[in-house]
Amino acid sequence: MTPRETDQRDEIVPRGPRTGAIVRRLLRYARPHAGLVTLTALCALAGVGLSLWVPVLIGDAVDALVGAGDVDWEFLAWSVRTIALVALGVAAFQWAQGYASNRLSYETVRDLRNAAYDKLHRLPVSYLDTHGAGDLISRIVNDADAVGDGILQGVQQLLTGIVTIVGTLLFMLTVSPEMTVVVVLLTPISMLGAWAIAHFSQKTFAAQQQIQGRLSAYTEEHVGVQRLLNLYGRQVEERDGFGAINGELYQVGERAQFIGSLTNPGTRFVNNLVYAGVAAAGCCCVVTGIPGTLTVGGVQSFLSYATQYTKPFNEISGVLAQVQTALAGAERLFGLIDAPEQEPDAPDARALPEQARGEVAFRGVTFGYDPKKPVLHNVSWHASPGERIAVVGPTGCGKTTLINLLLRFYDVDEGAVLVDGADVRSLKRASLRGAFGMVLQDTWLFEGTVRENIAYGCPAATDEQVQEAARRAFADGFIEQLPNGYDTVIGGASTQLSQGQCQLLCIARVMLRDPSVLVLDEATSSIDTRTEVLVQAAFDAMVAGRTSIIVAHRLSTIRHATRILAMKDGHIVEQGTHEELLAAGGLYAQLYRAQWAQEEAESSATE
Amino acid sequence: MEELARRFFPPYRRYLIWGPVTKCLEVGFDLLTPLVIAWMIDSGVNAGDTDVIWQGVGLLAGMAFLGFGVTLICQKMASLASQGVGTDIRAALIEKMGTFSAAELDRFGAPTLVTRTTNDVNQLQLAISMLIRQLIRWPALAVGSVVCALAIDVPLGLVFCVCLPVLAAVFYLVMSRSVPFFAGMQAKLDAIGRLVRETASGVRPIRAFNREAFQEARFREASQEQADMAVGAGRLTALLSPATFLVMNVGIACVLWLGGGSVTAGRLEQGQVMALIGYMNQLLVSIAYIANLVVIFTRAAASAERVEEVLACEPTVTDAGVCEQPTETGAPVLEMERVSFSFPNAGRPALMDVSLVLEPGQSLGVIGGTGSGKSALASLVPRLYDATEGSVRVAGRDVRDLPLSQLRRLVAFVPQRAELVSGTVRDNLRWRGEDATDDELWAALEAAQAADFVRRLPEGLDAPVEPNGRNFSGGQRQRLTVARALVEPSALVVLDDSASALDYATDAALRRALAHLPGSPARLVISQRISTVSSCDQVLVLDQGQVMGLGTHDELLAGCPLYREIADSQLRQEEAA
Repeated sequence: MTPRETDQRDEIVPRGPRTGAIVRRLLRYARPHAGLVTLTALCALAGVGLSLWVPVLIGDAVDALVGAGDVDWEFLAWSVRTIALVALGVAAFQWAQGYASNRLSYETVRDLRNAAYDKLHRLPVSYLDTHGAGDLISRIVNDADAVGDGILQGVQQLLTGIVTIVGTLLFMLTVSPEMTVVVVLLTPISMLGAWAIAHFSQKTFAAQQQIQGRLSAYTEEHVGVQRLLNLYGRQVEERDGFGAINGELYQVGERAQFIGSLTNPGTRFVNNLVYAGVAAAGCCCVVTGIPGTLTVGGVQSFLSYATQYTKPFNEISGVLAQVQTALAGAERLFGLIDAPEQEPDAPDARALPEQARGEVAFRGVTFGYDPKKPVLHNVSWHASPGERIAVVGPTGCGKTTLINLLLRFYDVDEGAVLVDGADVRSLKRASLRGAFGMVLQDTWLFEGTVRENIAYGCPAATDEQVQEAARRAFADGFIEQLPNGYDTVIGGASTQLSQGQCQLLCIARVMLRDPSVLVLDEATSSIDTRTEVLVQAAFDAMVAGRTSIIVAHRLSTIRHATRILAMKDGHIVEQGTHEELLAAGGLYAQLYRAQWAQEEAESSATE
Repeated sequence: MEELARRFFPPYRRYLIWGPVTKCLEVGFDLLTPLVIAWMIDSGVNAGDTDVIWQGVGLLAGMAFLGFGVTLICQKMASLASQGVGTDIRAALIEKMGTFSAAELDRFGAPTLVTRTTNDVNQLQLAISMLIRQLIRWPALAVGSVVCALAIDVPLGLVFCVCLPVLAAVFYLVMSRSVPFFAGMQAKLDAIGRLVRETASGVRPIRAFNREAFQEARFREASQEQADMAVGAGRLTALLSPATFLVMNVGIACVLWLGGGSVTAGRLEQGQVMALIGYMNQLLVSIAYIANLVVIFTRAAASAERVEEVLACEPTVTDAGVCEQPTETGAPVLEMERVSFSFPNAGRPALMDVSLVLEPGQSLGVIGGTGSGKSALASLVPRLYDATEGSVRVAGRDVRDLPLSQLRRLVAFVPQRAELVSGTVRDNLRWRGEDATDDELWAALEAAQAADFVRRLPEGLDAPVEPNGRNFSGGQRQRLTVARALVEPSALVVLDDSASALDYATDAALRRALAHLPGSPARLVISQRISTVSSCDQVLVLDQGQVMGLGTHDELLAGCPLYREIADSQLRQEEAA
């Protein structure tokens, strides 16, 4: 685990004072569902209120059964009918409450998830570059799920719990104030016990969650490369690496579970004592008539109330663990939702015209992913509309960074990037990016049909346009061989395409889009040379009249370029055409001799 | 579920048996309570005997203490067993994945394997803990209540006998209908996870194409479907507790009404009616808990199925019953004889009738278009997949007759995708040789043209590698994966288009270094570039899975039209320039 990850994980341990803030945030997300909240609350009130009446009815009915030949039939009949009707009412309200609280919690979670996901699009690219997919998935999938369970349990149990406690107190007071005092005096013991256990288990649960997070991260990463691990016979090392975390999780998990599982029996134990106490007090009351009058039916009611009164405390303590997990999850989720966003478009940001001219320039650009370690130093160059720029240089010289800055995935530290004479920071991002067509080395396809993937940049494209783009990218051949042609679902785990095929689709996507400026990170490198020639030809047709900036690895690219930028260690060392730079005998000539001379010789040899 | 139990329960049998047994003691005490109360009312209160009352209270308190004591034991056993089984299942899953060949890994996909190892096992742990702590407790309490009621008065006890099956029917109906919803919920969660992963990896294209809104709409759809599924499940399960409450209280009403008759007739006393109501309440409580258990177990059953599916999956590539073989010196390093291969569930074969021979120390280049079967050919050598027909021989032995460990010592494979895992550079390099010395590592790095940039890292070999190697560039990752394959000597190095992110100079230097490795292993080089394969001793030309030519660069130029065409195409580009 890298040091940064440790820091992140430490954040998740819930801290007391923040609990209030998190709960308030969650309430804000529940606000649109105020109707459901009200419905839940009303149903809880009505359902619990009615259900508390049942013991009184039963107690009175028991009192009607005095002894042989001494039964008040009329009253008994009324009681029995009322009990049945009340039970029906309670059931109706309970169901409505269950339904409403389910919708409340899952719809709130849905909103939270949507908010967290939308956030991904407003975060700086650097955030996504540095946070693994596993971390984001665990927040948006698992943490949100925990929040849902927490809300559900919280609403269902806490709400009914509180209503039950208050209601029971009221009903008990009507039956016998003296006995009520006995019950109320005994219950704090129950609460204290539950509180102590919950407090203790909270810590072990936090520790358990932290290790669980590490285990997930490890699994996520290693299962992702399982094919290679197996190929290298890493099974034993994998077993040991996973086993170490797994063992740790066992130790901590077992402790957390044991301590957590004490809550219920602990409170049940105290409740049983309370029950005995109430029985004793009640019986003595009936026998002696001191301190007040009480019937046997009254004792019956009290015994019911005593269990009902303490049960919520019992349940609440059980729910607390879940609520703790939910709060920790919410905190991590809010951590994502609150992460600093990329600088929004300036209020006076302009849009580029529909057809941008395609003039691109870097003016004195200095930039570093870590501002202390610049990867570009005072870089300046200019591309007139229609120019074809090839960027060459050894690996790590800052070529790819140019693309990051051009499309504003990152912003410069000093200097400016200009498109059609305007600083890109003064332009609307959408309009800036709309002017570009980009194909990167790492191909990206989403889970959808081939057609949808090609039309990604222009969703309004007709089938004919999509097929035309595929044809021009020479992707139509293999597409037609797919099981469902253009309707074959790709991406995800379904159909496996080769990297070359993925790249052809990415090219088709740009072909369809018809942008003013092309940005290519030598995306043709995985396509076989035969196809590449055809693709190159198609690109030639497309780049006509358009600016293109190509991070080049291949001879054909640099020889086609109107200008070559030779870069080294974050500086542009030379600029010019192939012939000019070759004649100059500088860095480019050196690179050319090392990289391409042999290739040229080999291809000439084929003549 | 039974499969998992049979395999993973035995070591914890003690806990699984004694846990519920201790729990039964507590249940017994709970069942005695209403009887004690009835006794206190009928013999104490109604007879005016305070001694009985105090004895009753003493009994109740004593049972509370004892009950708590045995529960502690039970809870401890539950946590030991459930966490233990969970830990064992996770370990078994990881072990199982270690036996999977590419076909099985493709079939499942990484995301679901991760969910199954984490979330699903957690569900199972919860279920096992409930199995010990509650599965005996509540049904025993329910049945016990019915039995005690029958013992007090048979006609009134019959009311219980009606209530119980009615409730069971309600439960069965609700549960059987909600199972599909639970499975659906999990599937929708997986879909959400996939979408997040896709977004994280596609941040640049998404933003470049301004499709944030589209992605958001897709996510909204997925999260809505998940919520719908969850609400659907909730709507059904929310029926349980109200139905229980209704049935039980109607039951109590019946007990009171019929009890009225019994009391009038003098067959029953007031205290006994109270005891019956007490049992009815216990039945209610236990049924409510059973409802909760059923939910947990239904979820767990779905999880168990998903876990079992992984554990039961038999790898298509195995070396069972194969022992270490002496290799034939002098035999060709690699020999393919009439090999055909289709990817699982694919229509067209990826390779058809391919034969080739690669002698020790020699090099063979493989060139061809996208989808020509180059990668498929490479993946047959270390048995990522097995050939559908024909035989693949390494060092004179059919690869299926060699233990995988031996085969993979003989063959050093560098994949198309450069994959690193978090740790240090040294950890990542030592995959083939756990004990490789720093000198050996540096030698491999030199050959892979990676020594320069590793040397520039402040920590050198100890430099940290972040998850998925994201702190290295594509080219650096590729060279590190090449170096990793070169760490221990091998008879054959397979490079599956492993230099695609390298510039020509580095690529050329790498090729030169590979030709002069210590022990001079043979090389199988897959590439798109003529320049990469032209210097090989032999070149194999593939098209749509078929061999179009095999020979030296010059022979092919003369005799293979396709090779000639590929070579020409490069040249035409030069001329066009």
